[in-house]
Amino acid sequence: MSSAGPSTATLHDAAIDFDQLELSEVSKYFGRRRALARVTFACRAGEVVALLGPNGAGKSTVLGLAATIIQPSAGEIRYGDHLAAQAGAPLRSQIGMLAHELQLYPELTARENLEFFAALSGLDEARARAAAALDWAGLGDRADDLVGGFSRGMRQRVAMERALLHDPRLLLLDEPFTGLDERSSAALAERLSGLRARDRIILLTTHDFDAAEAIVDRAVLLRGGRIAGMATSGGSLRERYRASLRDEVEGAR
Amino acid sequence: MRRFVTVAWLIMRKDLTVEARSRELLFTTLFFAMSIVLVFAFGFVRDGRPVENAAAGILWIAIAFAGTLALGRTFERERYHDVLHALLLAPVDRPAIYVGKLLGILALLATVEAIVVPLIALMFQAPLFRHPLLIVALLALGTTGFAAVGTLFAAMLVRARSRDVLLPVLLYPITIPVIIAGVRGTAALLQPEADPAMARMWIGMLGFFDVVFITLSLWTFEPVMTE
Repeated sequence: MSSAGPSTATLHDAAIDFDQLELSEVSKYFGRRRALARVTFACRAGEVVALLGPNGAGKSTVLGLAATIIQPSAGEIRYGDHLAAQAGAPLRSQIGMLAHELQLYPELTARENLEFFAALSGLDEARARAAAALDWAGLGDRADDLVGGFSRGMRQRVAMERALLHDPRLLLLDEPFTGLDERSSAALAERLSGLRARDRIILLTTHDFDAAEAIVDRAVLLRGGRIAGMATSGGSLRERYRASLRDEVEGAR
Repeated sequence: MRRFVTVAWLIMRKDLTVEARSRELLFTTLFFAMSIVLVFAFGFVRDGRPVENAAAGILWIAIAFAGTLALGRTFERERYHDVLHALLLAPVDRPAIYVGKLLGILALLATVEAIVVPLIALMFQAPLFRHPLLIVALLALGTTGFAAVGTLFAAMLVRARSRDVLLPVLLYPITIPVIIAGVRGTAALLQPEADPAMARMWIGMLGFFDVVFITLSLWTFEPVMTE
């Protein structure tokens, strides 16, 4: 699997480009429940940043905020020089997201799903792009099967292609290795490395430290909606995560 | 503008493709609307003679109830697999998503009406085809007004747990003017001496409601959908 992607031609001539995603003092409340508290970090072009943390730490909320589908309660999120509220559709044309729920229509075939989202993104030749994307996913021979009949791993691969169809600058991936077999995980890691080499900004959450180890440049630890200190050296990603979490728990006592 | 129309068309076509495969909404709304007509026919037709003006009211009750059932499900496919967030992340004018969903529900309700209107004409011996253009105009504008508000409310309630209860509670008070205009306009055409002028007046009212409801919905859809 090579790292080249589809061309970026979209109908959004005024598509906004940026080389950094920056969260500054971002807080998010859902009703009275605080999901995030004053989260600050940045991801730069050509960098793969992993958001780590236990369940309920706020990782998916950060991705939702970065995807502009959730509004922060406080703080701001900048995409280069732009704020999400000011940029709208031209900014969204530069964001691709793989969510935990795979956001595919099970009643449509894999080809129809990808063609639909390619057309929504204003891409030319949606049919050809969908076919190419399915070949990338290794699902060319299942293109006309309903997604509802796919395994989790196959749907994950289709959803990944949907996120990459428009060759976005910012890629937000929520547990991208879930449900993938060893070969597919390796192919995804290689794909992400290729995207990093093409100056894409990749922010992902994962609990699969082994798969992520080879591609993650930097890790940000979230705990209880707050940024916690993450060791930058001293063993594998898993060891550093465990040590940081242990330090965090002991520090809180 | 062309892009807006394209996106609305894509959303509607997708909804119709999914519906053509499952036929879930069509069969349930159609069954519900026909059941309403048949139940009322037992109550309001005695010795082959229907109660005066009953047909107009029953036609709009069937449309409103079947419409509510369909509207309650219109965003379900987006909700189940969180596809709604993928639609909201797409680089499109978000009101175009609303228009696409509205067109999809209108196509469904038009299909239901194409079967329910002749059924009412038959069961209640109502001269619904005496002024076909006026009846079509009343149905088209009335259904559009009802579905325009309903689609917005269905979108608003997509994340609410009690959405099935809340939708009719919110929808009926707001759409009462549309239902009244539809019933009065239809009744004017079903009288022994039809009154096309009165029907046209109610058609004008429905057109006014539609403009107001659709404009407000287009304005409010984006803020409503942003968490």
